[in-house]
Amino acid sequence: MHELAVCQSLLREVARAAAANGAGEVTRVVVAIGSLSGVEGPLLARAFEVARCGTIASGAALEIEAVPVRVRCKICAAETETPVNALLCGRCGAWQVDVLSGEELLLTRVELVVDPT
Amino acid sequence: MRPVDAKSIHILTGILGANDRQAEHNREHLGRHGILAINLMSSPGSGKTSLLEQTIDAVGGRFRIAVIEGDLETENDAERIRAKGVPAVQITTGQTCHLDAVMVHDALHTLNLDAIDVLLIENVGNLVCPASFDLGQHANVALLSVTEGDDKPAKYPTMFRAADLVVFSKIDLLDVLDDFSPAKAEGHVRALANPAEILRTSARRPETLAPWIAWLERRLVDRRAARR
Repeated sequence: MHELAVCQSLLREVARAAAANGAGEVTRVVVAIGSLSGVEGPLLARAFEVARCGTIASGAALEIEAVPVRVRCKICAAETETPVNALLCGRCGAWQVDVLSGEELLLTRVELVVDPT
Repeated sequence: MRPVDAKSIHILTGILGANDRQAEHNREHLGRHGILAINLMSSPGSGKTSLLEQTIDAVGGRFRIAVIEGDLETENDAERIRAKGVPAVQITTGQTCHLDAVMVHDALHTLNLDAIDVLLIENVGNLVCPASFDLGQHANVALLSVTEGDDKPAKYPTMFRAADLVVFSKIDLLDVLDDFSPAKAEGHVRALANPAEILRTSARRPETLAPWIAWLERRLVDRRAARR
C-alpha cells in the first residue's frame, strides 16, 4: 500500500503546475495509470481524498484514466492488448514483445482557477 | 463578483517526478565515483541478507562492497553485514513499505564513496511497493526463493517485469521440495516480456554463487567503461 506516498508526490507535481500558472485553486486533476505501474486506481482515489486536505487541490476532483497493456510483437509485428501477467502476443503467442503502454504513472492535466488580479 | 479565469493545463509529467529527479541525482553521484548500484528486492525471508553475506565472502576483496539495508525496524541486517567487515547503513523506514530516492541519498552521505566499487541496496522485503520507486540504481535484482510459489512472477508482475536479473534462491531445498518448478517460474518471467538472465543460488552452497559474482563483475566493468 504505497498509494498514499504516490498521492503525496502527485500533489507536489500539481502544486508545481499551479504555481507555474499563477493559480489560486485546482479544481480537477487528471492522471493516467497503467495497469503495470504498480499503482491501483481505486486505492489512489481513496488516498487522494485524504492527501488533498490542506493543499491547493483540497477541492479538486481526481480523474483516473486507466491505461491497459498493449504490446507489439517482435516476431509477427501484431499490436495487441494483454493481461498484466501474460504479455504475450495476442496473435502468435510469442513473449518477445515491446510494451507500448501500460506502465504509465503520469499527471496529464490540471484544471485551475486563476485569479486575474 | 470578481471575474475568475478557469484554465485547463495539459501537462505530461511523472507522478513520481520528485522521486525520479532525486534518483537521477543519486545515479549521477554514484556514476561520478564509478560505483555500480544494485537494488535487491524480494519477499521477506527470501534470503537477501544471506545472499549478501555469502557474496562478501565469495568476492573476498576482489572488489569493494558497501551495503544499504532497508527494513521497517531494527538494525539487525546492517549488523550482520558489518560483522563481515563491510560498511553498511541501516535505513529504518518505520511504516513505509519501500525505500525511496531521498532515503538512499541520505544514506549515501554517510558512506565513503571513494572506497566503494559495488553498492548493494537491500530493499524492504515486499514484492509490491519497491517496484515503483527508482532509487538511482543501475540494475534491479529480484530474488525468488524456491520455498515460495513458482507463480510469484505472475502474481507480482510489476516487480518481476522490472528485474534485470532474477535469482532463484535456496536452490538446495529443491531436493526436498517438489512443488517449485524452476522451468515454470522462468516461463512466468518470460510471460512478462522480460528476457532477464535467471540464476540459481544457495547461500549454503557457496559454489552456486559464482555466476552471480560474475554477473556483478561484468556489470561493474560495463559501468566503468560507460564512464570513460
